[in-house]
Amino acid sequence: MAEVSLVGLTKSYGTNRALADVSMTIPDGAFVVLLGPTGAGKTTTLRLIAGLDRPDAGDIRIAGAPVTADTPAQRDVAMVFQQYSLYPHLTVRENLAFPLRSPVLNWPEAEITRKVGEVAEVLRIAHKLDNKATQLSGGEMQRVSIGRALVRNPRIYLMDEPLSSLDAKLRADLRIELKRIHAELGATFLYVTHDQIEAMTMATHVGVLDAGRLVQFGTPREIYENPVSAYVASRLGQPRINLLPADAFGPAPAGAVQIGLRPEHVRIGEGQPATVRRVERLGDQTRLHLTMGPHEIVTLTDPHTALAAGAQISIRPDTPLWFDASGNRT
Amino acid sequence: MSAYSITEPTRRSKWVAALLVTLYTVITLLPLVWIISTGFKSGQDSISYPPKVVFQPSLEGYVNLFTTRTRVSSDEFGNLPPPATWYDEIVRDQGMVIAGPSRFGERFLNSVIIGFGSTFLSIVLGTLAAYAFSRFKVPLKDDLLFFILSTRMMPPIAVAIPIFLMYRSLGLSDTHLGMILLYTAVNISLAVWLLKGFIDEIPREYEEAALIDGYTRFQAFRKVVLPQAATGIASTAIFCLIFAWNEYAFAVLLTSGTAQTAPPFIPTIIGVGGQDWPAVAAGATIFLLPVMIFTILLRKHLLRGITFGAVRK
Repeated sequence: MAEVSLVGLTKSYGTNRALADVSMTIPDGAFVVLLGPTGAGKTTTLRLIAGLDRPDAGDIRIAGAPVTADTPAQRDVAMVFQQYSLYPHLTVRENLAFPLRSPVLNWPEAEITRKVGEVAEVLRIAHKLDNKATQLSGGEMQRVSIGRALVRNPRIYLMDEPLSSLDAKLRADLRIELKRIHAELGATFLYVTHDQIEAMTMATHVGVLDAGRLVQFGTPREIYENPVSAYVASRLGQPRINLLPADAFGPAPAGAVQIGLRPEHVRIGEGQPATVRRVERLGDQTRLHLTMGPHEIVTLTDPHTALAAGAQISIRPDTPLWFDASGNRT
Repeated sequence: MSAYSITEPTRRSKWVAALLVTLYTVITLLPLVWIISTGFKSGQDSISYPPKVVFQPSLEGYVNLFTTRTRVSSDEFGNLPPPATWYDEIVRDQGMVIAGPSRFGERFLNSVIIGFGSTFLSIVLGTLAAYAFSRFKVPLKDDLLFFILSTRMMPPIAVAIPIFLMYRSLGLSDTHLGMILLYTAVNISLAVWLLKGFIDEIPREYEEAALIDGYTRFQAFRKVVLPQAATGIASTAIFCLIFAWNEYAFAVLLTSGTAQTAPPFIPTIIGVGGQDWPAVAAGATIFLLPVMIFTILLRKHLLRGITFGAVRK
């Protein structure tokens, strides 16, 4: 439960610049999702906040106090790793109790038993408490490792793609569970994911990283509706935003080189002729893969559409985004 | 989970495998069987030709190993009171009387102190050094590792004379401490290299998780790294112990009294008219036991895979 501020964080591993001058303020109680492709610096950011790595330059403050010189234990953060989550020589129960037995907390055994049982219940692993960590399935391991973060009451939760290895049903359940925990504890979360639904539903703020730089920080709606660049625009949205030459639909504003069209921003029924190449029926939505001259476009349509491959339609852009030569919004 | 499957071997290849393993076992065990059985032979049987496979077992070798005996004139022999114990009787049968205990007990104890002492020290120092080499940025790391290994590139006995002179002027000759330090110095390079390999295999994430969970680095090392390195530590300890236990050349050169270990002592057991083979064999048999027990105790760790299946792939 604390505000985290990063000021000018820079970190290199060897010659590889992982983070360059990243500054952001994570308000107390915020749920911040970091987005970006592999190597963008998401995990590095978490490691620097956790204290596992020291920044080359810049400052980290938790609740206003500089923590750059503190050990991970002193920072009072919990972290869920993407991999190697559990201590293989301990049982599930011992794994969950491990943080509570640390010299920093050192809870009484009765309290530990109660808390471990409670968390196991939430994560539905109570029946596996006495199994060795190595006897669990991947999904169970990941739930235990989330549980190990939840047994404590740290100031900040850091999670590195915690749900990525779980099946869809469990992922949806845990997403809601994490959100509930966030709302209940009012704790500050910093969460790395590739999953758009996780980002859009859980985040109060989204930070988009590109090659070690923070390119945009805002609410999920802002990031989705008002991206600063084509790069940010293509981070969110399923199917992805269509990026075409600016003049694909006729004259473009001065300086614009690319037009960005979210699938829902393609209006069918008037404008340029296009051919339906493929119809993907997902149940709740139907995607149309179109070709318009040399360009490919993906759009959404009525789930019960009668359109089939080969059909000729006309399309026109509706509230498009314009980008200049360097990919920034004009 | 790293489950794997291999094609079920055929009945024939199972038989061939069993045959080869049996053959290998027989070949390696034969000298041991020879030594153990010789320990229970009488002096006569031990040198008979062709060798006796079936013989009248006798504890003569073991009694001779633990005692010193003197021959007495036949007049005196007749005046002796009847033998008080079973071992008195065995010695009388050889026409001698017990003069006192032999030094085998203390030599054996020296071996235990020096062997286990140097193994313990090698493992403690080796684990700490290996951990540092594995996890920290040590300046000149590769050069240091090569330097450590290079001490094993010559036979240790090649430096016997400088060590002999050094030990003499330091007053370490024929002391337990001196031998422990010497065997530790030889073993530590092996220990560092073996253990570094094992510790490298343990993902850092475990320690990092422990650091975040509120433990110090040393506590994380003790609670997370050490239990997972147990397999490596056990096998390294066995190697170190076997070397220190069996070492002969330095033991001959540097020890003669207080700190003499069993290996240089056993071959010096002289009986009537030459080597007392049953006693030598009995000494070798007893000498085998500690390493055998140690290995059996740690066998579980040798066989168990390291961090098997704990990794989410």
